[in-house]
Amino acid sequence: MTTEFRLAIGAALGRDRVRANIRRAMDGLVVKRREAFPDPQEREGLRDEGAAIRGEAVARLPELLEELERTCTGNGIQVHWAETGADANRIVLGILRAAGANAILKGKSMVSEEMGLNEFLQGQGIEALETDLGEIIIQLAHEAPSHIIAPAIHKDRAEVAALFREHFPDQPPAQQIEELTALARTVMRERFRGMTAGLSGVNFAVAETGTLCLVENEGNGRLCTTLPDVHIAVMGIEKVVARLDQVPTLLTLLTRSATGQPITTYVNMISGPRRAGEKDGPTAVHLILLDNGRSRIHADPELSATLRCIRCAACMNHCPVYARLGGHAYGTVYPGPIGSILEPQLQGLAVRGEMADASSLCGACAEVCPVRIPIPRLLNRLRYEAVSTRAASPTLGHGSRRLAVQSGIWRLWSWTCAHPRAYRALTGLLGRLHRWQPTRLPPWTDTREAPRVAPASLHRLARAAGVADRA
Amino acid sequence: MPHTVYFFGTCLIDTLFPRAGLAAMQLLRRAGVRVIFPQGQTCCGQPAYNSGYRDEARAVARAQLDAFPADLPVVVPSASCAGMLKVQYPLLFADTAGAARAEAFAARVVELADFLVRVLDVRLTDLGPPIRVAVHNSCSARRELGVADATMDLLGRLARVELVEPERAAECCGFGGAFSVKQPEIAAAMAADKARAILATGAAVLVGQDCGCLMNLGGTLARQGGGPLVRHLAEFIWERTHRDD
Repeated sequence: MTTEFRLAIGAALGRDRVRANIRRAMDGLVVKRREAFPDPQEREGLRDEGAAIRGEAVARLPELLEELERTCTGNGIQVHWAETGADANRIVLGILRAAGANAILKGKSMVSEEMGLNEFLQGQGIEALETDLGEIIIQLAHEAPSHIIAPAIHKDRAEVAALFREHFPDQPPAQQIEELTALARTVMRERFRGMTAGLSGVNFAVAETGTLCLVENEGNGRLCTTLPDVHIAVMGIEKVVARLDQVPTLLTLLTRSATGQPITTYVNMISGPRRAGEKDGPTAVHLILLDNGRSRIHADPELSATLRCIRCAACMNHCPVYARLGGHAYGTVYPGPIGSILEPQLQGLAVRGEMADASSLCGACAEVCPVRIPIPRLLNRLRYEAVSTRAASPTLGHGSRRLAVQSGIWRLWSWTCAHPRAYRALTGLLGRLHRWQPTRLPPWTDTREAPRVAPASLHRLARAAGVADRA
Repeated sequence: MPHTVYFFGTCLIDTLFPRAGLAAMQLLRRAGVRVIFPQGQTCCGQPAYNSGYRDEARAVARAQLDAFPADLPVVVPSASCAGMLKVQYPLLFADTAGAARAEAFAARVVELADFLVRVLDVRLTDLGPPIRVAVHNSCSARRELGVADATMDLLGRLARVELVEPERAAECCGFGGAFSVKQPEIAAAMAADKARAILATGAAVLVGQDCGCLMNLGGTLARQGGGPLVRHLAEFIWERTHRDD
């Protein structure tokens, strides 16, 4: 069956330059992560801690969110709840209109991608200006992020140089990395001036203290959250953690798993608007808590492990499928292994169930996940939900991918393999017919020779050799 | 040391590579172990399980539980199938009437190389000429069961074999069962890269413990023409260590 996804995969595999760019970048990130965890025992201990902390947060999600609302409100942060991305967009718009802002500075935020915020604001005549270097690049190219922490990872230096030449003709031409970043800095510095509103994501929100933790490497996040009068933070509801003393463990797991850094250049702990007597900082801070299907994921005791994710992207950096496709082929906000368990749940199996099939279940993702999400097991579970005939399941679109012919074939296969005599009769027949075995078995033989059926099965050979059948 | 073991041949070896199964049983017997091959065995059920058809997989799995009733080790010449029996069966039967039985069965399952090295500590007398061998440890061997070291250890007992691993050895070959049929383009791209890495080792033989991977890589290499011979671990070791009398 040729689906949109399959077509996108075919196209992605044909783009040699993009494939080479992604592979090179992924190889680099894999090495950096490995070197950032020199002691395997320490690494595994940290992963245990990380899994426990995030597991606790997910288990206690409703009460922690209530606590977070209380503590944030106490700190002067205005808390908003959004059921859907559209709700969150309307809340942002309301805040911007009230502040009289016709543009907004944006720090990197995947949740804002989930909301489709930039397009929405554009439709309302409000300009959203990305400030993260990678995000600037893809905004200039009118593309979506292809990776959740390195959104322009699919582009190489020459492509970025060409893009900058086209969009910033007044600037001196830049070729080297240093020149390109310097050019972006010059252009961006101007943009920060006189902006009324800034938006950011949230890496962790601490329920105990009402603190929003934000990590970044470029300082743009700090500028977006401190320079304008209004700061709007958007986060998925799962990003809450119980206590402040849990943050260091998560931080070190996040930065080491993501980029191999012991810590990011900037770590922002935001605990409210400017207080009396303070010289800078926004006068209003808003926190938008987005559900967008997360409560549904939370309702399933096994699949809720998806919500432990801290968005480090180590799973995609280590994924053999992602390494060959890049992020765009998935056609979703979240690509790679985490995307393949998250998107089918957020958007439903009928729409995105195919993503769960785009894995060989090799387990490279689960091996590196800092919070030990059993991704292959959850992929298997989603494949089950997709074809399940169970009456009740919290997973959106369960049973929607069950096809009569396919399930009929599996039932027949199951009956045969559950009845040894039937199985032996079938394999015996295949052996006798081995000379007439077709040499073309697409799609297998499109790129491979077909394996040859043996004239005599192991069952037969074992019996002929007198191997005992029972104890 | 166990006196008697069950042998679970796997459906791929049964129908496509029976010589690998015979060789594995020979290796066990030569080490002084009595081997039982229950004729009631079929498939571990993994194809249906990984396609989401759990009820269908469970029916097949139940037949395997029936086929290996005695309290004896179940030796499996495939890490992928061993992983299904050992790791996935308890999950597949969790919260069902068969849970305790599946747990008890899973505890008896051992992958072949792991058994030969850790339990039997076999000695191998290498009778073959010096040779370079590329080893492909499957994802199940490496990550699900953690028996890749045992495979290297076992092959390392052949005195005249030089072992090499291809570049990006830990990366999947792209087989993944139904994956190679459902997502053929990605699977083929993965297999092509792996085949290239194997060719670059200059090895004369490619050896692995999983016939799924070997079928994928062997088929890809054969289509390209040339390349190393492809052998299951058991067959390769048996061929190099046994004397035709």
